[in-house]
Amino acid sequence: MPSSDFLALLAPGNIVAVVIVVAMLAYALTGGADFGGGVLDLLATGPRAGAQRRSIARAIGPIWEANHVWLLVVLVLMFVAFPTAFAAIMTALHLPMLLMLTGITLRGSAFVFRAYGPDRPEWRRWGLVFGAASAVTPILLGVVFGAISSGRITLGLDGAVKTDFVSEWLTPFPWATGLMLQSLFAFLAATYLTVEEDDPEVRNDFRRMAVRASYAFFGTALLAAIMARTGAPHLWATLAGSYQAWAMQAVLAGVAIGAIVALEKDRFQLARVLAGAQVTLVVLGWAASQAGWILVGQIPLAGSAAPDGILIPVILALVAGLALLIPTFVLLFWLFHRPSRSVAARMERTPSIPLQAEVAPPVR
Amino acid sequence: MTDLFAARSLMAFSLGFHILFALSGMAMPVLMVLAERRWLARRDPADYVLARRWAKGTAILFAVGAVSGTALSFELGLLWPEFMKQAGPVIGMPFSFEGFAFFFEGIFLGIYLFGWDRIPPKWHLRAGMLVAMFGSLSGFLVTGANAWMNTPQGFDVMIGGVTTSIRTMSDWPAGATLLGAKVVEVRPFEAMFSPAFAEQAIHAVLAAFGAVGFGVAGIHAWMLRRDPGNAFHQNAIRHALIVGGIAAIALPLSGDFSAKHVASWQPAKFAAMEAHWETGPNAPLVIGGLPDEASTRNVGAIEIPSVLSFMAHGDTSATVIGLKDIPADRRPPVAVTHAAFQIMVAAGLTMLVIGLTGIWFLVRGIAPWSRPWFLTTLVWASPLGFIAVEAGWTVTEVGRQPWIANGMLRTAEAVTPMPGLVWPLILYIGLYALLGVVVATLLRYHVMESPSTAELADATRAGAPSAALAELVEGRHAIV
Repeated sequence: MPSSDFLALLAPGNIVAVVIVVAMLAYALTGGADFGGGVLDLLATGPRAGAQRRSIARAIGPIWEANHVWLLVVLVLMFVAFPTAFAAIMTALHLPMLLMLTGITLRGSAFVFRAYGPDRPEWRRWGLVFGAASAVTPILLGVVFGAISSGRITLGLDGAVKTDFVSEWLTPFPWATGLMLQSLFAFLAATYLTVEEDDPEVRNDFRRMAVRASYAFFGTALLAAIMARTGAPHLWATLAGSYQAWAMQAVLAGVAIGAIVALEKDRFQLARVLAGAQVTLVVLGWAASQAGWILVGQIPLAGSAAPDGILIPVILALVAGLALLIPTFVLLFWLFHRPSRSVAARMERTPSIPLQAEVAPPVR
Repeated sequence: MTDLFAARSLMAFSLGFHILFALSGMAMPVLMVLAERRWLARRDPADYVLARRWAKGTAILFAVGAVSGTALSFELGLLWPEFMKQAGPVIGMPFSFEGFAFFFEGIFLGIYLFGWDRIPPKWHLRAGMLVAMFGSLSGFLVTGANAWMNTPQGFDVMIGGVTTSIRTMSDWPAGATLLGAKVVEVRPFEAMFSPAFAEQAIHAVLAAFGAVGFGVAGIHAWMLRRDPGNAFHQNAIRHALIVGGIAAIALPLSGDFSAKHVASWQPAKFAAMEAHWETGPNAPLVIGGLPDEASTRNVGAIEIPSVLSFMAHGDTSATVIGLKDIPADRRPPVAVTHAAFQIMVAAGLTMLVIGLTGIWFLVRGIAPWSRPWFLTTLVWASPLGFIAVEAGWTVTEVGRQPWIANGMLRTAEAVTPMPGLVWPLILYIGLYALLGVVVATLLRYHVMESPSTAELADATRAGAPSAALAELVEGRHAIV
């Protein structure tokens, strides 16, 4: 009966899986750009390197910690809703996860050390750590996702993961995925920055970086696709196996080319939208390529979720929480990422602070 | 070193590191809000500079707390996959709520830190209050998840084809293990509000205020001794003493409530805390001493008859279960648990005396800084709260061993099969040591370049006050 099939699609486990993908997408669009900013910081050169770095730090400063929480949302929802897959992934991918965490820790710490440290050469070196950690972490994040898609993480008959802790991820495909993610994030960050930067020369630098990163994305995506044929056969079969999949990839290519054209034509707002669409298509494409598996070939989405007794309250909490969270996020971005001209005008105005001497003491 | 011991050490080390920053993320926003509120009410420039400086300190501490907290969340899965496989859904509710609380804390902190000149002062203060509120809520909730490990309940489990409903710990089938069992239903709120939730979460949040209040008061007392009469440090001590002093008075009360609760719900932990071996009435309170697990007795301890019975159950003749009645393979390490407990209590009682004195000064309108001996006391007392917190976590975590989920899953059963865990341990000890040193150096810069009395007076004088104040906020080191 078609109606019961439709109801089966609305199983709580599927709903949480959709929310996990949405949280991944939110992380990619916000936290991903923060990592990309670090990559650009590392690559900043020439006479305007300082201006580029300041622009990046200004854009990341107020928002990166909140952006970062999306990763924790993904983590928590994974162990709440799909504990068996979670345990298998955390066991088999212990090493890349551990390295990724090291990168996350160093990236965040180095960023505040540079921002709040004294302006001296030895403290500015934290900028290098920030850049390097920002460049390495997305690669490791890609390795984790690539390994999950590869189908190499397998379970024994007793349901426990069979792993040597290395062969699941130390293969070409996950690393190609990692490189692709790194260039995608760098492209996203540079495109965002073209909108936020006022100085035409610095904006031009970001435009140049965005276009180069986009070419790098094309190259690494192609590489990952070639590797997928043997490295992730299931993903390859999904992406090459239907007209819909080819159509989606054609749309992705169109959006990516459109973003480059928009950048070249000074249509930065449009470029930002297209860059966001490009990231969205990559994340959704990855999710679609999982084709109903939580852990490819081993743990299907259907039937592997935790009991409804926890999933339904968690879904309700997510709905209520997001209803409050999204407006708050909008407020945050609106405050700090308004069109830069008005912000610059505000920053030039010295804050006027009335002092003790000028105000009468409060009457009680 | 066995992999199990390496995993436990890494978990303990990561938690011990993160907790210092987590506490600051909870209590520092309260301090900065108090300073800003006083600035808005009285226009004392020292309070304005203080609020902004404390906000910077909060930013540094919060960032390191956020990343080390991320590492900790992942480590739950990386080190204890079997635990998360079974317990993940059961403890999902507090973790989900905590995620949202943390989100809001991060957002409002961003608004607070970068919004000084962008939103009206009243709304800026409110943003700070929200940071403080969500910070405490987040600590409250995550401690609730830990409470479940002490008093697990709220799920149905199928073991060997038989389904049992675990509405309370005592429903657990004797001798069964959660390893390889199947959790077939979860009652998330029954699990979230497990018996230990209230006592643990209240105690942890109060401890955050006590530790940070005393830490901050001590640092500024030290600076004030070098620079007497500086209103910047005087105001700082006032705010920190209010927060730390009230917490120090409340902590022994909440601690007593916790201890009674542990005596009823976690008798093995209670016996180890108190180094109590023989089950019986009129149980003595053991002060100091070294419990010897081989000979099951205490070396060099002072014992006060009947006091433990009274403290545990409100009756001097009440029976208190001793360690000898707990099978050796279900006993926690006694010496560590007892020593940590004694350290926590000693630190807490010292803080109580100092806190009472400080609050008495403030209530009577006496400036606490007018008494040099009190300033010296504050300086020496400054690490006490942090020592108590680390010791307290040692009590609750080591005292729960050998279990990861009390009575249901052993820590040894939950550990990852990954070999060579000593290497991640070394990596993280190195990484956190580096971060710790850098944070300490950075905070020292910010504290050391506090504004002088003359600078504050200049800023207050008519003329161009805002520019002078802005300079004080930035300090002598320019910042990106």
